[in-house]
Amino acid sequence: MFLSETMNQTGAFFHLVPWAVLFPVVGLLLNMAFGRRIGERGVAFVAVTASGLSFAVSVLMWLSLRVHPAGATVPLLSWMTPVNVDWAFRVDTLAVTMMLVVSGVGTLIHLYAAGYMHYDVRYKGDPGRYARFFVFLNLFIASMMILVTGDSYLMLFVGWEGVGLCSYLLISFWFEYDTHGHLSLANALAGKKAFIANRIGDFGFMTAMFYMFAVFGTLNFGQVFAEAPGVAQSHPQAILIITLLLLLGVTGKSAQIPLYVWLPDAMAGPTPVSALIHAATMVTAGVYLIARSHVLYDLVPAAQHTVALVGALTALFAATIAVAQNDIKKVLAYSTISQLGFMVAAVGVGAYVAAMFHLIAHAFFKALLFLAAGSVIIAMERAHHPLPEEGGHEGPHSDDPPDFDPQDMRFMGGLRRVIPVTFWTYLIAGLTLAGIPPLAAFFSKDEIIAETKAAFPLVYWLLVLAAFLTAFYIGRQIFLVFFGKPRSHAAAHAKESPWTMTSVLVVLAALSVLGGLLNWPHPYLAEWLGHTLGEVEGGALNPVVAGTSATIAVVSLLLAWWVYGRRPPESPSQPDPLQRPLGWLFTGMEAKWWVDELYWAVVLNPYVALSRIAAAVDVRVIDETVNDTAWLTDFIGRKIARWQTGFVRNYALSVFVGVLLIFTYLLWR
Amino acid sequence: MVPTNYLLALSAVLFIIGVAGVLVRRNALVIYMAIELMLNAANLAFVAFAAAFGALDGQIAVFFVMTVAAAEVAVGLAILVTIFRTRKSVDIDTLHRLKG
Repeated sequence: MFLSETMNQTGAFFHLVPWAVLFPVVGLLLNMAFGRRIGERGVAFVAVTASGLSFAVSVLMWLSLRVHPAGATVPLLSWMTPVNVDWAFRVDTLAVTMMLVVSGVGTLIHLYAAGYMHYDVRYKGDPGRYARFFVFLNLFIASMMILVTGDSYLMLFVGWEGVGLCSYLLISFWFEYDTHGHLSLANALAGKKAFIANRIGDFGFMTAMFYMFAVFGTLNFGQVFAEAPGVAQSHPQAILIITLLLLLGVTGKSAQIPLYVWLPDAMAGPTPVSALIHAATMVTAGVYLIARSHVLYDLVPAAQHTVALVGALTALFAATIAVAQNDIKKVLAYSTISQLGFMVAAVGVGAYVAAMFHLIAHAFFKALLFLAAGSVIIAMERAHHPLPEEGGHEGPHSDDPPDFDPQDMRFMGGLRRVIPVTFWTYLIAGLTLAGIPPLAAFFSKDEIIAETKAAFPLVYWLLVLAAFLTAFYIGRQIFLVFFGKPRSHAAAHAKESPWTMTSVLVVLAALSVLGGLLNWPHPYLAEWLGHTLGEVEGGALNPVVAGTSATIAVVSLLLAWWVYGRRPPESPSQPDPLQRPLGWLFTGMEAKWWVDELYWAVVLNPYVALSRIAAAVDVRVIDETVNDTAWLTDFIGRKIARWQTGFVRNYALSVFVGVLLIFTYLLWR
Repeated sequence: MVPTNYLLALSAVLFIIGVAGVLVRRNALVIYMAIELMLNAANLAFVAFAAAFGALDGQIAVFFVMTVAAAEVAVGLAILVTIFRTRKSVDIDTLHRLKG
């Protein structure tokens, strides 16, 4: 309290931080109340402004922190007083870094979605849902802001659940369709899957919080971290258990092994959702959680090793699957899981700055990849099935095959000529992902790989292999989508997206190119985060690692060109060129290593069987007992009803006999 | 002064006549009269005891009984009139439609 008051006098704006949450809340309330009346432009204006003001607040926090790098705690409401949990905002360099990424990328994606959803709601035939989409999107920004600014594990958890809810709502936004627009339960099931997988992770998070409260007596970040070294002395196992349980939460939210399976299905949501929630921001919450808890993780090397190994295995595993997918968004989904694996591996070896650096770079280029992919899909869709307002006719274009899918890369090809802006931005994002210098991810990924090399050689090799596959699958995707000859009518006649969409692509492309400057050549980010994380590591480029990984990226891209670019497939039905040389390996990668099937066999089918038993018990035992009781009552009632003769004198007689009996009893007692 | 036992015996006789009337007769009007007979048998017992013990409590109870009886007859006769209008009879054995 005292701290924040002195800050106000010296010109800092920390006390304004609640507005980062409140602006989006106001925006969503306005759109909820008046969304149907103010039209699409009005809705988009309100939502983009709300998100933009949230970004402005974040920038204000950044400016304040430049003057007062120690940051501040801003209490807003008292909540559970007995356990000393309040809604307080923690403004420090780590939180503000996340705030800037969330609201900055979030605002750009709001802007993009304003254009994208215009088409999407029309293809799905329900323009009324435009406002609802932006209500959810603003709710997401508000929840994410609560998550990153919370001053205790409980407030972080509130935001954690809020973003989980928004994720669910937006994955199954078109809940009555599947991704092809046919009536189906598929989207609803995808949302449910994400929700349930996240609940398993939340179980770990909540148990960690309960245990933490039992050991520390508080959930406040400052108090927990201050007492952590002492607790580590007295209860050595406690911190290990807490950190491992938190890791379970991280695997749920950040889509790591074993709970990553929800993220590919989450692509059922509209593309801006995939970009904002399932690539740039929400899924990085787990990385943020570990970076925030770095004091705890630094105390237990065993937990750190587990985290690093989980991340590295996920990075490699997801990258292998990404190589063999045909859906343009599925490739990006597995790529996201893989890149999150890089970040988790980085926080596992204590390279928090490198992880945050990659988180920021990834937010830029992966959001760009998704948005550009959305632009590709819309371009394909518009050529396949033009809207009436663009001179289209009813029904899809007859020149396309009946199994046409605007997201399937086998039906694309040659798109670089028809949608040049999308192509160039996609290319920049793809090269960034591959790690080509001097684009952002080259520096961030190298920092991670260099850090792991010294700390954990096994993780290092896993990540190098994953980096090789990363460059290969993104190369494959770019060659399949944009090069060669069009493999469908839609691909040949695709139309570039409107400026609301492409301008966002250009801005994000610029950020992807320049993002590396954050920590190289001067380690601004390391110094900046050092105020919170308490370590200033050099951003010095390790020339050996940098050279190696740049070479790997280039070789891998050349290999992708050799396989997919030299002799591009001619028709959608042609099998993948890798199918023959790799054989069963390719089949496995294409089938996602049958992990979903494995989960069905090991977890879900037994669970369904258990549910059936429970249902049988409900019907046979509980329902039967209730029904039999009712039958018995009815039976007795029918028997007794015969006494009700309807003759008043019979009743009088029974009263008389009753009175006689009572008197007899009283007299003879 | 008449001995209390005589009065109580008369009261018991009146009460039994009333009970028999309620159980035996089918005319609702007669049953009402039988009920009145029982009430007044009770009243007689009350005043007999009041006189025997020299206390006023029994007399007061009688006033209550008479008031309640008057109210009861008023309501009961109204019901009877309505029944007679619809069914042209006050034979209570014909009124057995609430049979279970």
